[in-house]
This record gives sequence, structure tokens and C-alpha cells, in this order.
Amino acid sequence: MQEIVTAEPDLDLSPPVSDAVRKTTCYMCACRCGINVHLKTGPDGREIVSYIEGNRDHPTNKGVLCAKGSAGIMQHYSPARLRKPLRRKGPRGSGEFEEISWDEALTLATDWLKPIRETDPKKLAFFTGRDQSQSFTSWWAQAFGTPNYAAHGGFCSVNMAAGGIYTMGGAFWEFGTADWDRTKYFMIFGVAEDHDSNPIKIGLSKLKQRGAKIVGVNPVRTGYNAIADEWVGITPGTDGLFILALIHELLRNGSVDVSYLVRYTNAPWLVIDDPGAPDHGLFARNEDGHPLVLDRRSGEPASSEDNDVRPDLKGEVTLADGRRARPVFEIMAETYLGDDYAPAAVAERCGIEAGTIARLAAEMAYAAFEEEIVLDRPWTDWRGRKHDKMIGRPVSFHAMRGISAHSNGFQTARALHLLQILLGSVETPGGFRFKPPYPKPVEGHPKPHTGHKPNTPLDGPHLGYPLGPDDLQIDEDGTPRRIDKAFSWEAPCSAHGMMHMVIANAAEKDPYGIDVLFLYMANMAWNSSMNTAGTMEMLTRTDENGDYVIPKIIYSDAYSSEMVAFADLILPDTTYLERHDCISLLDRPISEPDAAADAIRWPVVELDRDVRGFQSALIDLGARLGLPGFVEEDGSPRYRDYADYMVRHERRPGVGPLAGWRGDGEAHGRGAPNPNQLNKYIENGGVFTAHIPEEAQLFKPWNKAYQDWAVAIGLFDKPAPYLFSIYSEPLRKFQLAAEGHGKRQPPDKMRARIRQAFTPLPTWYPPFEGELIDKDAYPYHALTQRPAAMYHSWGSQNAWLRQIHGANPLYVPENIARKVGLEDGDWAWVTSHHGRIRVPVHITAASNSKTMWTWNAIGKRKGAWALGKGAPETERGFLLNHLIHELLPPKGDGMRWSNSDPVTGQAAWFDLRVRIEKAEAEEHELAPDTGSQTSPVGTGPKVVAYGKAWKT
Amino acid sequence: MHPALSVIVFTTLSGIGFGLMSLLGIGLGGDGLAFRWTAVVLAYGFAVIGLLSSVAHLKSPGRAIYAFSQWRSSWLSREGVLSILTLGVFGLWALAYLFMDRNIGALGILAAVLAVVTVYSTSMVYAQLRTVPHWATWLTPAVFLAFGAAGGLMLLATLLSVFGEEGARPVAQFALLALVIAWVVKAAWWQRAAKTTLVAAGSGIGEATGLGRIGRVRAFEPPHTSPNYLMREMAFEVGRKRARALRRVAIGAGVVLPLFLVILAVYLPIATAALLLLALVSHIAGMLAERWLFFAEARHAVASFYGIGQADGDVAFL
Amino acid sequence: MTTLPQTTNRKLGLVIDLDVCVGCHACAVACKEWNTGAYGAPLSDMDAYGAEPSGTWLNRVHSYEVKPEDKPAQIVHFPRSCLHCEDAPCVTVCPTGASYKRSEDGIVLVNEDRCMGCGLCAWACPYGAREMDMDAGVMKKCTLCVDRIYNDHIPQEDRVPSCVRTCPANARHFGDFADPDSAVSRMVAERGGYDLMPEQGTRPVNKYLQPRPKVDAMPAGEGCGKHDAHAPATPGGLLGWLDRALAALD
Ligand SMILES: Nc1nc2c(c(=O)[nH]1)N[C@H]1C(S)=C(S)[C@@H](COP(=O)(O)OP(=O)(O)OC[C@H]3O[C@@H](n4cnc5c(=O)[nH]c(N)nc54)[C@H](O)[C@@H]3O)O[C@H]1N2
Ligand SMILES: Nc1nc2c(c(=O)[nH]1)N[C@H]1C(S)=C(S)[C@@H](COP(=O)(O)OP(=O)(O)OC[C@H]3O[C@@H](n4cnc5c(=O)[nH]c(N)nc54)[C@H](O)[C@@H]3O)O[C@H]1N2
Ligand code: SF4
Ligand code: SF4
Ligand code: SF4
Ligand code: SF4
Ligand code: SF4
Ligand SMILES: [Mo]
Repeated sequence: MQEIVTAEPDLDLSPPVSDAVRKTTCYMCACRCGINVHLKTGPDGREIVSYIEGNRDHPTNKGVLCAKGSAGIMQHYSPARLRKPLRRKGPRGSGEFEEISWDEALTLATDWLKPIRETDPKKLAFFTGRDQSQSFTSWWAQAFGTPNYAAHGGFCSVNMAAGGIYTMGGAFWEFGTADWDRTKYFMIFGVAEDHDSNPIKIGLSKLKQRGAKIVGVNPVRTGYNAIADEWVGITPGTDGLFILALIHELLRNGSVDVSYLVRYTNAPWLVIDDPGAPDHGLFARNEDGHPLVLDRRSGEPASSEDNDVRPDLKGEVTLADGRRARPVFEIMAETYLGDDYAPAAVAERCGIEAGTIARLAAEMAYAAFEEEIVLDRPWTDWRGRKHDKMIGRPVSFHAMRGISAHSNGFQTARALHLLQILLGSVETPGGFRFKPPYPKPVEGHPKPHTGHKPNTPLDGPHLGYPLGPDDLQIDEDGTPRRIDKAFSWEAPCSAHGMMHMVIANAAEKDPYGIDVLFLYMANMAWNSSMNTAGTMEMLTRTDENGDYVIPKIIYSDAYSSEMVAFADLILPDTTYLERHDCISLLDRPISEPDAAADAIRWPVVELDRDVRGFQSALIDLGARLGLPGFVEEDGSPRYRDYADYMVRHERRPGVGPLAGWRGDGEAHGRGAPNPNQLNKYIENGGVFTAHIPEEAQLFKPWNKAYQDWAVAIGLFDKPAPYLFSIYSEPLRKFQLAAEGHGKRQPPDKMRARIRQAFTPLPTWYPPFEGELIDKDAYPYHALTQRPAAMYHSWGSQNAWLRQIHGANPLYVPENIARKVGLEDGDWAWVTSHHGRIRVPVHITAASNSKTMWTWNAIGKRKGAWALGKGAPETERGFLLNHLIHELLPPKGDGMRWSNSDPVTGQAAWFDLRVRIEKAEAEEHELAPDTGSQTSPVGTGPKVVAYGKAWKT
Repeated sequence: MHPALSVIVFTTLSGIGFGLMSLLGIGLGGDGLAFRWTAVVLAYGFAVIGLLSSVAHLKSPGRAIYAFSQWRSSWLSREGVLSILTLGVFGLWALAYLFMDRNIGALGILAAVLAVVTVYSTSMVYAQLRTVPHWATWLTPAVFLAFGAAGGLMLLATLLSVFGEEGARPVAQFALLALVIAWVVKAAWWQRAAKTTLVAAGSGIGEATGLGRIGRVRAFEPPHTSPNYLMREMAFEVGRKRARALRRVAIGAGVVLPLFLVILAVYLPIATAALLLLALVSHIAGMLAERWLFFAEARHAVASFYGIGQADGDVAFL
Repeated sequence: MTTLPQTTNRKLGLVIDLDVCVGCHACAVACKEWNTGAYGAPLSDMDAYGAEPSGTWLNRVHSYEVKPEDKPAQIVHFPRSCLHCEDAPCVTVCPTGASYKRSEDGIVLVNEDRCMGCGLCAWACPYGAREMDMDAGVMKKCTLCVDRIYNDHIPQEDRVPSCVRTCPANARHFGDFADPDSAVSRMVAERGGYDLMPEQGTRPVNKYLQPRPKVDAMPAGEGCGKHDAHAPATPGGLLGWLDRALAALD
């Protein structure tokens, strides 16, 4: 027996933390924070990951880490990790597989793909999820020659991206951010978590410290909205209306930055006013093609390029051809000062009091103009005009899927950008700031391409930004050229493709059938599809011969997801700690407003399974197929693996996937490939940062120093200054087509909707689903939100994260609950025009009174993710996706339009309308039942006591 | 609180065991050898089974030895030390009682006092907890002591009667009295408990979170979607209906039936031993129900963080 | 060492700012991650991939809905861990001496080599700060990362608890409450840091900061109407105003 009276025990207060630390990039989500991975040596001499912390020197997270990032260990050692390539044995969906070798797997894939390339490359549809190697995967697809490539942006947030690019050459998302250090008024629309997960939290905390006001516009008051100083509990789908009412108020009060509008936007440009003419509503231009403005001094039209002109914002002018034209600003003011946009007119629809709208407008005007920021920082604009100060309007905004995942999201995003621009706050101190490679005008982006021939690369990049009907990818008769119908009249500006339509269209062979569906890192049989049960049916649909309508499915996943069970051939990927990855300026980089930055991942632990980094596997496959760029002259593989590609590939001479330490190791941005480049990255914590000179950090689209810097670093090849498009001419061109002008004409059935949606000035129309259903039958809105501690479906295999979110109730507002007699713990039937689900409910008072919501992607299919029997994810976790259809309810015209934004094709997840009824007491079970799958990897262990491995 | 079987059995049996010990110690036992052996074995057995079952409750019983170290501050440690002391002293007394046919009065009285103090310290393990307002009252030791006495007396009366010893009847009469007193004390305890909610004790959700000063507080999301140790241990919820039913069992089996049987045994001298035995068994059954409720109905301040047990009047008096 | 030290030289603890906590659970997982590899037995997870996953956590994040009298309900995220009480009942109830409060800095710890897993300390703690590890059979609790804050292997700036280092919203602050000039003491003084369940008499060291009152108008409210001075209430008015605004540019 130890002594009866004890002293405080001797503690080792300074134990070694680990045996080694390696710095790489987190991939528990797409935020891509820097991490220090600590390793310990286990009893068997193998290195084990023991602790992951944030890298203090990393530009993205500056040392902090979110819950997912800290749970990386559990993901890395997940029992759901795939171990070997798999070939399907049982029927699709059963999860019955046999393990095969990599050589067999790649040979099989080659045998499937080679004949397609030799005959009809479009029979391959290659779509990738939220990976960060799109510049690489698209390059592969281009070399293969199929027009059918895209990543997941179409179902994610293309409205946000496209709305921003068409308006101001950049967007929220990862393209830019609030000036957290200076802003005094911050309004955040429809964000639960976003990709900028840690940076937003760091930013909000800075605002709190400085006492800046935070306004959260969201039907639900959790997360960021919970800490906002003011919560605007808007009714879903009405943000555009609310924003235009704010604009109404700002205009009414003269609270707009006139000098900013004149200098940096197309507000003064003259718009031809000639109703019925084919160029009615386009810009009046001189013979050089330069837009005209009205010179206040002469009262005559003059070139907008002329430095001496003093453009007016109002008035009417007669053009040389005798026609009339008016400045954009005047048309805009007329539009938004109309009574339709008065606060009182929108209040009820938006669920916001008119007085609140007027007050919010006054508050932002106050912050912008009475609290302006003046930096003593001289700079020179692109026309050589010198400015001795930088004037800032410290009002900033952020928005994400809450506005973008609606069928009116594109125009809502545009409206929000217009609001920012009117306040003169974009790229000014205290406002919103772009992150390189943005800003980049819409004209600076590629256009879409679909030109394909056997054995030939595609005629250009798949995705891009059409500037008018001429850029649509349709056949003479209007048939879409792409399997997802992107860039057709159904979604002319679908800049990110329409991944959510691929399976549905392929199953219907509309516009044509495909032979191989090749998916990477997207759980399309589950949470990334609308109409999940229907999608499972499409993936397993057979023709009259009993053959699958989608004949072959190849899929790469790292884990035993739902989608794995529906594929024929599985290429198992590594976890993020075991492979090379490239977070490139060619793609979705991790830049900050003051710096361009890119990063790598590298194998910080040894592989213990027979899996391969997908990109490396794709390089191998490319070589086996003999794709141009993937083989040398003699047909031998060009790149050893992805790491080799990252270093040696050049997109343009001197510009490769990684910008840092090129050439002799001293060149940044441009320079010859440097064989030692990856070591340089590793020495520097996996990240490269190129700081923007101070003079160049703001007013980037118009700042000569920035433009020159961007050219030097390789972002563009020549300076590309531009003006913001309050009025969008490309949109007007589509609208003109709908009005009957031009040779490419939309089908008659679509004219009205294109006229409505393609207004050159931001507009608002009610979300489609709400207009097509009987509002009394489906009176409520139902939404999902991302939980901070869970990433889509990946998190459920994580022993730690699944304890936090292992099930999800439907949060029902008190007033609705009272009406239908629901109490906490009850179950309810929720019904949409498309389907019916039975789910557990929890009552809430902190949401819009018409809106119920739940956490996204918690529910799982039985047997997936190596989870055991009775896992809460399968018993009390559900998907709202069953209620959402990829098509809208039928309309009088007999056609079923896709449930998407008519401009971009963005999936309209949040347009969903429902009703709710209490379920009987004996019905406390989830519906629908989506069956179960066999786990190719078994189930996880009972007890996890991580740390025992090295604590012996 | 989680009604762990081991702790229910422990507190019930050890109470009766120590009760009997103290009665034997003060010389209320019989003379026959069979009686003596049975009584000593039962007193010891009840106490030791109780103690063993409390050890079974430990997650690392191998370290139980350390539990004797903190008697200066810890009631649980005191209980441990005292029960060993009691068992020791009573053991010595019993050696003389069994083998030398001697009742060493001083030793017996010491054992009796120690037994009482042991039961008291057991009760203080609960009564000291401010976190559990139901328990944090002098009534808790009163209940434990009164039940110890009643249980001990009933057991003693039964044994005396079974072995045909003298004094079964007066002891049974005392048992009747003790039973009534114990249940009156328990009724008082219950009545207090019915009024003693977490909210009333200042440990409601508003105080627990400190958010009460902003407005009405409701639990929105628990930290984890599956139950954890704290919830299983401290936020045990017993259904109102079930609690009422069990309370009826406790009263019916613990007092109504035993009273009836003991009265019969005392005043109708037929099958006295059998009646007393039946009464004892019934009493123990009632006590187990009582103890189950003692735990199950008690609310721990931690429940407030989970928004559990916030409503008033959930605990019914009868 | 079940008795409490009369005084401690320092009073180390945390301030948790409910005004900025977004409820992201980063602190909870970072805590789990650090303590799984550090002090004592790893924090285990039972039925880790099964029907009732339930592990040991030293820090858990709740969310509450709070309904003020005349305002819409608000959500408050609320992390909960050991408060390192000055009058720690968890220590005095412990029969084995496993639980103790360090006289040097006031950190309340469990000496796992002595803990018999009786669970009484968890009963005594009003805050749910102690959790029995079902695999190791010992009581676990927040160690205030005692093996980080003095650790010579860790750079000076990182010698703070894991949860503090990771919190993306900077809602957690670590310091010495015995020093009235420390950042945490000043924060508590300025923002009215409060104790949880003061009537329990535990005198917690950790303090919470209330969410700031939700404002409906900007502090500079009078300024808001200023623009009405040149309010061009009609389109025509706007255009007239524009003339003046444009003239000012010349
Ligand atoms: N109801 C509703 N549904 C939605 C949304 C919504 O808001 N509401 N949001 C939509 C949006 S924006 C998105 S982006 C989608 C997301 O939906 P998905 O992209 O389908 O989501 P994940 O669950 O992330 O699935 C990605 C797959 O990648 C796999 N994976 C993870 N890591 C790796 C890796 O390293 N390598 C490989 N090869 N595979 C890996 C995972 O195992 C998983 O199977 O969901 C959409 N669905
Ligand atoms: N932790 C975590 N982080 C993630 C992800 C994840 O799964 N987990 N997913 C990543 C991905 S793929 C994406 S696309 C981003 C998305 O990041 P977010 O845009 O934050 O995505 P959601 O969670 O869908 O949030 C949508 C928000 O909009 C609100 N909302 C819905 N309709 C409306 C409306 O009409 N108006 C307004 N104002 N608000 C509305 C919802 O209540 C919700 O708060 O997050 C990324 N980051
Ligand atoms: S936000 Fe979290 S999960 Fe995403 S990269 Fe950063 S640390 Fe990793
Ligand atoms: S990490 Fe910070 S913001 Fe997140 S839950 Fe913990 S205290 Fe709150
Ligand atoms: S919070 Fe609980 S565990 Fe921590 S010192 Fe106080 S009483 Fe003890
Ligand atoms: S569980 Fe361990 S630390 Fe807690 S009181 Fe019992 S012996 Fe002491
Ligand atoms: S101080 Fe350390 S042990 Fe305590 S909650 Fe924070 S991370 Fe966990
Ligand atoms: Mo997304």
C-alpha cells in the first residue's frame, strides 16, 4: 500500500511532444489550412500520427484548426479506408466486390476507355467532386477529348462564382474576402460555414474585438448568425428583393459613391435606347469598339477611354446614327427607385420590417461615408492617373450558398455585388478585397469548348464564361452537346458544368447515352444528388436486355462511401496525409488579399495499404491511353507520378502548377521547372506566399502596380484592367435572343424565362419551385446547413466527429410545431411535391417562422462507412435530398425544367417547399428505407483508445 | 442519478447488516448457538455483501486500498475505514460471543456505535453532495439510520423467532415502531424532495449557464448526439408513471405489508417466524424499490446543462 | 491529497467569451486529440463505430436557445470544461487521494495511478467536468494542459492549452487570475466575467463572458439619418443631387 498521506505526485511537465513534425496541408475540408503533423514511433518502429495542430506560419489559418482538422487522425486511421482496387461482383448497390491488383484495375479501365476515345470520346463522362486538382483533371479530360467534364461547382455555388465574375471579375467564395482588419460594418448572407471556414472565424473575432457591427442575414440563427449583433431572419429566396430594397434606399438618400461609380464601373456607359432594334440595350460604341459616355462638358457622346472626358451619370444623348442612348446609372436609378423596391413593398415577402430595411441602409451608408477610411498610400491607376490617397468605404459583405443555391441566385449574387459597388467598397480599404488570381474580368476567362473528334484532344477548355449566344455549346438544332446540357439554352452560363444532371440525363439517354461514367470524389449515390432514392434507381437501371443503361461506372474514393457500392470498378485513393497534392494558382489557390499563395500536400506518413493517389493513377491511365501530354514521343510515360507532374508540367512556358521556387530556386511565379521545388515547399511548411507590394494591394482591378505585379508573377500575360459591370452586356445579348434577335434562338417555350432571368441589371423573381406548387399544400421552406464539425458525408467514419453529429433532427419553428401539434422528440412526415420522409423533430424559436432546417449529410445508408449495425446515422440521421427533385414540378407546357438557376444551372437546393404532419407514435422510424450495402472493408472496432499505440 | 444495482444492493444490505450488528452489540441477541451463528453470519454477510457490491461498482477495484487514506476529508474514505473498523471490532466481539459464549459489553457497544457511525457515513456520502439537492439534507442520514434500525430490528425479530429465542415479540414490537418511524422520516424526505427542484436549488439551466439573465434558456443542441457518461450517470430520467408505480411498490412492500405481517405475528401467535420472515423479505423488496427511487429520482445539477429535469413538480410525493 | 491547499501561488484558468463562440467544437476536438496522446491514459471511445458511440471528452460544447423578453430567440454556444474551482468538491470527496489541487498553480488533477474509479468526484462536480474513462477505468478531467503550459519542448507562444491555441474565433483565453493585471483578469473586470452556479460555493477559477446585448441600431445611431439632408426622395431628386455630386468631382 502506498503511503497513506500522499504528497502531490511528481509530474513530468515537459514530456516530448513527438518524435517528428511534418508540415503539410489539411484536407478535412476545402479550406486547406496549414498543419503540423506530429509523429511518434510505435513499438513496431512504424511512425504513427500522434497529434495534428495548426501551422502558425500559414496564411490561411495562422495556427488555428477547426474540429475537423483536429480530428484528422481519426480520418487517417478510419476503418472505412479502402485497401485495394475493387471489381464489382454482386449487383450494383450491393457492395459486393472482389479485390484486384492495380495492374488489373488499370488494364480494365484502359480496355473500357480506349475504344471510346478511338470512336466517340463523348461517351466518356468524367466528373469530379470537391477535389483541388481541377486544372489537372480537366487537362486529362481535354487530352482524352471528351466534352463531358466538369467538377462539382454546378451543384455547389456556381451562382456565386458566376454572379461575381460577370459583375466584378471575382466573387465571395474563395475569390475574395472582407477586409477584416478595417471594416466597420459587416453583413453576412446565407453562410453557415463556407470554404473559408477558419478565416471567417478569425475575421469575425477581429470585428468583435474592434466593435464593428455584424449583421447576419439568414433564416436560421445558429453559428455565425448567433454571434451577429443583429439577425435578419429573412424568408428563403427573397434576399435579392431585400438587397434591391436596400439599394432603393441608398439611391433615394443619395448614399452612393459617385466618384467610384464614374471611375471604376460602367455606370456612365451609354446604353442604346431603340426598342425593337437588335442592339437595343447594348452599349453604344465608337468605331474602335470602345463604349461611349456622355461628356458633361460638351453634352456630347465621347469615348469612355478618353481621360479628359467628364462622364455624366444621367441625361440622354443622341448618337451619331440619330438614336438615343442613356447612361447605365440613370437606367439603374429609374429601375430601383421604382415602388416595387420600396422597403414597404418587399417587407412582407422578405419577412423583414420596412423600418428595419431603411435603418440597415442608413447604417451602411453611415459606415461607408461618415466613417470613411483614408490611407496615405499613393497609387497610380491603369490610365496613369495618380492618386495620393486610398479612400475606403468600410462596409463589407460575405455571402454563400444561402443566396446562391436558389433558382434566382445568380441575379441575387449580382444584386449584392451591385450594392457593394454602389457603396464604393469593393477593393477599397475596409471593404471587400479580391484574392489573386482574382480580380479577373469575365472576358479574361476562357469560353467553353466541346469540339471533339476520335483520338483527338478537345478543341479547348471545357468550361468558361459565355459572352453571348454564340458561345453556347449546342448543335444546329439546339441539341446540347454536353451530357449535362451545360451551356445550352437550359443553362447558358453554366460556368462550372452541371454535375447534378449527369446521372439523370445519362439514364434517360438525353441528349445521348454514354458508355463510361467516371467519377472522382463525389458521393453521387447519396448526399450530392437531389432525389437520392431516384438516383440509386438510375444508377441501377437496366434496359430491355437486362444491361445497365449506364454501362460502366469507374469511381475513385478513399473510403467506403455509398457511391462505392454503385460502381463497377473502384480506384482506391490514399488519405490526405499519404499523397502529393497541389493547391495551385491555376486552380483554387489559397491566396490572401495581400498575397498570392499556393501549397502542396506530401506524404507525411507511409502507406500501409495497396492504394494510390488518384492523380497518380490518372497519370498512369493517361499514359496507358497514350494521351497527348501524358506520353513522350516514344510513347513512354511522361510523368512518373503526380509529384513529378507538379514539378515538371508547364501550362504556359515558365508557368506550372506551383509558383514558388522555380528555375534555380530563386524565381517565383515564372521560371523553368526546378527539380528541387517540392523540397523547397516542404522546408517552407508546404506553402509558398508571394506578397503583393503595398502600393498594389488595393484597387487591384485598376491599380497599375497590381496589374504589373500580376503579370510578373504569371497570373496573366499582360495587364488586364477593367471596369465593373453594373450593367451586363453579355446577359443582355441572351435576352435579346429571347426577344427574337440573332441567329441562335432559344426554343419558344424558354423565351419568357430567359427574358425574365437575363436582365442586364440585377433583378429578382420568385424561386421557381415556390411558383409551381400549390402554396397552400406546401406552405413552408426546408433547408440544410453545414455543421462546423462535419464535412459532408466523410465525417461519419470519424470516431470523434460522429459523436458530435451522429444523428440530425429536423428543427421546426415553434409556431409551425404548435399548429401541427409537434413536440420535442416527436417524429413527423415531411412532404414535398416530389417525396415524403419521416424524421425526428426538435422545436426551435430561433429561425424564420416559415422555415425548418436540419444539418446536411448526416444520414447514412446502412452498411456504408464501416459503421456497425444500428448506427445512429442510419437510424436517426436523414437526408433532406429525398424531397428535392432534379426537375421542377410539371408545368402546363408538359416539360419538366431542371431545378436550377436558368442562367447558370446552379442546383436550387434551397427552393424546397414542404408541409409537415405529425407521425404516429408507432412510426418512430426513418422513411424512406434506402436498403443496405455490404461493407467491402468490414466494420470498425468496438473500442478506440488512440494513444495506446505509443503509450506502452 | 443512475440507479446502479450494485449501489442499491450495497446501501440496502449494509444498512440491515450494520443495523443487526449494532443490535447484537448492545446485547439484544439470543442465546442459542444456532441463533448466534446465524445472526453473526447474517450481520456480517449483509454488511460484507453490501461492501463487496460497492467494490464491484468501482472501475478499478484494484486500487480500492487507497480508499482508506483520505478519512480526514472524504466521507467515502471514512465509510471505508469505519466499515472495516466496525467489521473488525464486531468480529472480535463475535469471536467471544460465538466461541467463548461471552458478550463483552464494552466491545459490543463500541461495535454498535461504530456500526451506526458507518451507516451515517454511508448516508453522508450522498447527503454531502450539494450537486444533488434531493440528497443534500439531514433527512438523508435520518432515513438511512432509521431504515438501518428498522431493517436490523426486523431481521433480529425474525431470527429470534425462527430459533425460538426469547424476546422475539418485544423486538418485533420495536421493529413495528422503527418501521413506522423510518417511513415517516422517509415520507418527510419525499415531501421535501417533491419541492426540491434543481431550479429551486439555484442550479437550473439559467444559473448553470449564466444565461438566465438574458432570458428563458432552453437546451438547443447537446454537445454529442449519443448519450455519454455524464448523461447516463447524472441525467437519468425516470418516467413519472414508472416512479409512481415504484413508489407504490416501495410503500406496499416496504411498509404496508410488513406492518400487517408483523402485527399479525405479534398479536396472533401463529406461524410467527414465517410471518416475520415474509415481512422481512417484503421489507427488503420495498427497500430496494425505495433505493432505486432514491437514485433515479434525484437530479444532479449537471442535468441542467442538458436541459433535463427543469420542470417543477415532476417528482410526485405520492 | 484530498484536502485543498489553503492558497495557491497562482490561479491558472480560462476565460470563455460567449460573445464570440460560434460553437464550432474545435476546442473540444483539439482537447480530445491532445489529451489522447498526453497526460494519463488515452481518452477512449466505446462503441466507436457502432450504435451508441460514447467517448471520454474533457470539453464539450452545448448550444442553448435563449429567449429575451421582447426580442427574438437567440442561440448561444457554450463550451463546458473543468473550472478548476478554488473550493473544489471533487477533490474533497475523493477517498483515494487521486484527486488533488496543485498548490503551485491551482490546477485540479487526477493522479490516475491512485484512482479506483468510484465516480464520486464526478457526482460532486456540479459542472459535469469529470468523465470516467470506460476503457482505462479511471476518472478523467481537464488538466488545463499541464503538460503543455510548462513544456520546454513547445515554443513559448504555444505554451497554452490546446483548446486555447486552436480556437478559431479566439473565444478562449488562458492566464493567471491571481494576478489582477493579467489579460484574463482585466477581461473579466471589463466584461463582467461571471461564475457558473455560484450557489454551489465552488468558487470557480474559470470565468465566462456574457454575450453582448444584441443591438438593433448602430451605436452611432444619430448619424444614420444624416444622408436625409440631401435626400433626393424621387428619381428626379436623385438626378438633381447627382449634378452636385458630379460637380464636386471636377
Ligand atoms: N440537401 C443538400 N444536399 C447537398 C447540399 C446541400 O446544401 N443540401 N450541398 C451540395 C454541395 S454544395 C456539395 S459540394 C455536395 C457535396 O457532396 P459530395 O461531394 O458528394 O460530398 P462528400 O460527402 O464530401 O463526398 C465526397 C466523396 O469523396 C470521398 N473522399 C473523401 N476524401 C477523399 C480523397 O482523399 N480521395 C478520394 N478519391 N475521395 C475522397 C468521400 O469518401 C465521399 O465519398 O453536396 C451537395 N448536396
Ligand atoms: N464544416 C463544413 N464546412 C464546409 C462544408 C461542410 O460540409 N462542412 N462544405 C463545404 C462546401 S462544399 C460548401 S459549398 C460550403 C458552403 O458553405 P455555406 O454557404 O455556409 O453552406 P450551407 O451550410 O449550405 O449554408 C447555407 C446557409 O444559408 C442559409 N440560407 C438558406 N437559404 C437562404 C436564403 O434564402 N437566404 C439567406 N440569407 N440564407 C439562406 C442557411 O440557413 C445556411 O445557414 O461549405 C464548405 N465548408
Ligand atoms: S477548416 Fe478545418 S478541416 Fe478545413 S482545412 Fe482548415 S482545419 Fe482542415
Ligand atoms: S473553438 Fe472557440 S469558437 Fe469553437 S466552440 Fe470552442 S470556444 Fe467556441
Ligand atoms: S469544475 Fe468540477 S471537476 Fe473541476 S474543479 Fe470544479 S468541481 Fe472539480
Ligand atoms: S473516481 Fe477516482 S478521482 Fe474520482 S473520487 Fe473516485 S478515486 Fe477519486
Ligand atoms: S485546457 Fe487542455 S484539457 Fe482543459 S479543456 Fe482545454 S484542451 Fe482540454
Ligand atoms: Mo459545395
